[in-house]
Amino acid sequence: MDVSTHSVRGDWNSLARNYDARLARGLALAGGKVIPSPQTTALMEAVIEPGDRICIEGNNQKHADFLSRALAEVDPAKVHGLHVVQSNIALAPHLDIFESGIARRLDFCYAGPQGLRLAQLVKAGKVEVGAIHTYLELYSRYFADLTPRVSLIAAEAADRDGNLYTGPNTEDTPAIVEATAFRSGVLIAQVNRIVDKVPRVDVPGDWVSFVVEAPKPHYIEPIFTRDPGAITDIQVLMAMMVIRGIYEKYGVTRLNHGIGFDTAAIELILPTYAEELGLRGKICRYMSVNPCPTLIPAIESGFIEAIHCAGSELGMERYVSERSDVFFIGRDGTMRSNRVFCQLAGHYADLFIGSTLQIDLEGNSSTATHARMTGFGGAPNFGSESRGRRHGSPAWLRAGQEAHRQGMPRGRKLVVQMVETFKEGLAPTFVERLDAWELMDTFDMPLPPVMVYGDDLTHIVTEEGIANLLLCDSLAERAQAIRGVAGYTEVGRKRDRQMVEKLRARGAILYPEDIGVDKRLASRDLLAARSIKDLVRWSEGLYAPPARFKNW
Amino acid sequence: MIPARHSFLEATARARVRGLLDAGSFREFCGPAQRRTSPHLPALGMPVAFDDGIVVGEGTIEGRPVLIAAQEGAFMGGAVGEVHGAKLTGLLERALDTRPDAVVLLLDSGGVRLHEANAGLIAMGEIQRAVFDARAAGIEVIAVIGGRNGCYGGTSIVARSCDRIIASEEGRLSVSGPEVIEAVEGIEEFDAQDRALVWRTMGAKHRRLTGEIDEIVADDIDAFRSAVAAVLGAPRPFDLDALEAEHARLAGRVARFKGAKDAREIWAALGVNDPDRVSDIEADEFNRLVAVLEGDRP
Amino acid sequence: MERLEFRFAGRPGTPLSADGEALVGVVGSGNLEVMIERADLGGACEASVDTSIHGFGDTWQQVIGDFVERRGLANIRLSINDGGATPAVVMLRLDQAWAGLGEKAP
Repeated sequence: MDVSTHSVRGDWNSLARNYDARLARGLALAGGKVIPSPQTTALMEAVIEPGDRICIEGNNQKHADFLSRALAEVDPAKVHGLHVVQSNIALAPHLDIFESGIARRLDFCYAGPQGLRLAQLVKAGKVEVGAIHTYLELYSRYFADLTPRVSLIAAEAADRDGNLYTGPNTEDTPAIVEATAFRSGVLIAQVNRIVDKVPRVDVPGDWVSFVVEAPKPHYIEPIFTRDPGAITDIQVLMAMMVIRGIYEKYGVTRLNHGIGFDTAAIELILPTYAEELGLRGKICRYMSVNPCPTLIPAIESGFIEAIHCAGSELGMERYVSERSDVFFIGRDGTMRSNRVFCQLAGHYADLFIGSTLQIDLEGNSSTATHARMTGFGGAPNFGSESRGRRHGSPAWLRAGQEAHRQGMPRGRKLVVQMVETFKEGLAPTFVERLDAWELMDTFDMPLPPVMVYGDDLTHIVTEEGIANLLLCDSLAERAQAIRGVAGYTEVGRKRDRQMVEKLRARGAILYPEDIGVDKRLASRDLLAARSIKDLVRWSEGLYAPPARFKNW
Repeated sequence: MIPARHSFLEATARARVRGLLDAGSFREFCGPAQRRTSPHLPALGMPVAFDDGIVVGEGTIEGRPVLIAAQEGAFMGGAVGEVHGAKLTGLLERALDTRPDAVVLLLDSGGVRLHEANAGLIAMGEIQRAVFDARAAGIEVIAVIGGRNGCYGGTSIVARSCDRIIASEEGRLSVSGPEVIEAVEGIEEFDAQDRALVWRTMGAKHRRLTGEIDEIVADDIDAFRSAVAAVLGAPRPFDLDALEAEHARLAGRVARFKGAKDAREIWAALGVNDPDRVSDIEADEFNRLVAVLEGDRP
Repeated sequence: MERLEFRFAGRPGTPLSADGEALVGVVGSGNLEVMIERADLGGACEASVDTSIHGFGDTWQQVIGDFVERRGLANIRLSINDGGATPAVVMLRLDQAWAGLGEKAP
């Protein structure tokens, strides 16, 4: 046998040479690293090649909106067939480029407000969906088979060498930059201002190919602000059950909260209800979550000691800066967020709690609704058992004892869904079959889009009570435990009352009276802040809510 | 911790009445058990309320007799329909017979209920006439504004027909609502989503600084109660001289501020050193500011 | 709108011991008002519901039936105007209405 010792290819640096060629074309046009904003589209035509994989930075909050619009204006004869690999589809130009043929293939995580249009474009054959990922999955694939050739990113400021300062909305930038810059990809940054010296260097200038000062500051959406005025008595009741039946019982100190009103209610009764129970210092000490304004009272009253954030939140900048013992703050005095690290910290925390639209009898949950393609975001990674975890903590070990009653002792992450049995308009949360199955057929997906799988879920909290799925020994028991807290939904009314009583005796179903929750206390009076104005007061004026949340 | 308050904004109409009056003194007229509901809403497939969204009755504040009405802002935006309006008119007319120390109107309304527009419009006229009749008879009528709907449309005209207006900074007072102005004048002229703009244009602090509202209190039922109690039995003059003085004041105001593009320009012209802070200061600091400004006036 | 009428056995034969009424809640989106009145119904309980959401008669019957049974009620009339409240909110208001009636007991 003739074993060749020759290299299978003669060229090992084609990507780098290709990068050099692109850079030369761009420099010929722009004359330097900092380009005038009117030339942005021309620059893109010079450095983007047909079929490129491209990332247009678009996170939950921060968007490279100027670059996104500039890309939508390139000549499709020059730039076409792009493969877009980006976390969020949120702005109209993100989809305009598919309508015009500039882009064809899409790998993404989340498509909130554009979900309906995306679905229509997929049906019309304009968008070829590679896959819908979670954030961690997509960024992981940046370091395997989906590395961008070109990334369009957003930062707060740049100097003339291209050093970037992201401000508190660092978010996904480090992950995108790392993958692109170190695999010979082109990095174009839009910044709000060019300065002589950036307050801190979040991205070193020699990684950045081009910088453009956008005519308007990049768009940031305040999506994590929940007005306490909208929290209901029912949500307060559920929050009380979570604190007594889960946080106190297991001694949960490291956790991740969803961003809905349900979890905001928990945050807002820590300084009142949990304080009276003597739980300060015992629960909710370290969080992986955005700087939601509803966290302010729990921070101020000494419950939450440290928070790492995936992103920032409009209006919270000064408050966060002034609480450097709690948040991750740069030497310049502003926060640095990081989605990937926050997701990792949350994945290995003791508990995730969030909300969802539908739960089936196995405990699978989904936020998918008909006719929209919304995707996953970060919840599946936060809301899943961390099977690779090895280090112990009281909450993890206690849950593990319930989960693994025989054989090898193990720990268990607590994964909790907090839902009302009915949503507005009397749509039931509990269903025999998730709408996700139909969505799979409609959009030709490989699997139904499930947010949290039933076998990852440990507890369901409703206004009726708590189902502890760890204490169910069979799928039949699990279904009855779920029916037992499903209230007056069709699913709940089909409960087997005897079996429910048996499960309750075992602690697999807990009603408020079983865990010492006095329903008569469940009112908004328990909230430490009942309005945005109250949050401002708690923050001693440091929180500056966006105008849309003011009523004064 | 921040001080615990009994929020007026959050309370229902019934809770506001209970909180304002002496404990146990309230006696309701045409209460919900009588089921005097709207005759119009069922025809339109809309749910009715047993009290048609308004509580009326009598009671005492610090032992002094008052008649009181409270609009329920959560039912149809506190809008005035036929029955709702008749209850309010009847209450004001009763004052002529019972001569209380004041009639207190807790207003929380977008104006006329569009579902029964003709009846509602007629009701507005009747209410305003009844306010004037009461005032002409020397009975004080006090408007209180601090609900989610503010005080708009015909209800705002009723409020300005009263002896005085007491409001929290969450209160708003204007004839046209933000959405109406945006729809008519365009978003460039007025962005109804910009709530900071809405409040500094229609909010109670602005109305206080420009003389339409008489007192600002914190969003606290006890604060409202104290403010009402302090002015009970002190009606303002209601005669031609008073009317002409008010006309002259308004004409002077138009002349003085007609070039202003934003409320903050008016505040600055009034002598406020830091207009940008006005929206954010609490009621007591705001009242100190007003006292200084008014003390400075010639 | 849909009008629903229910009658529950309650505790047959119980004489009316007092009268009075209480009103809780406000008719708004996702909310309701409940008027609870004592009335001589021979020990039975009656409920009338005007609701803006059609097709939930069975659910209403079950929620109110559970309330009547759990509280062991007799001679109670419930009148409800509903703006599409969930059963959780309905049960909360029913409990509040019952508490409100208790405050007014002679």
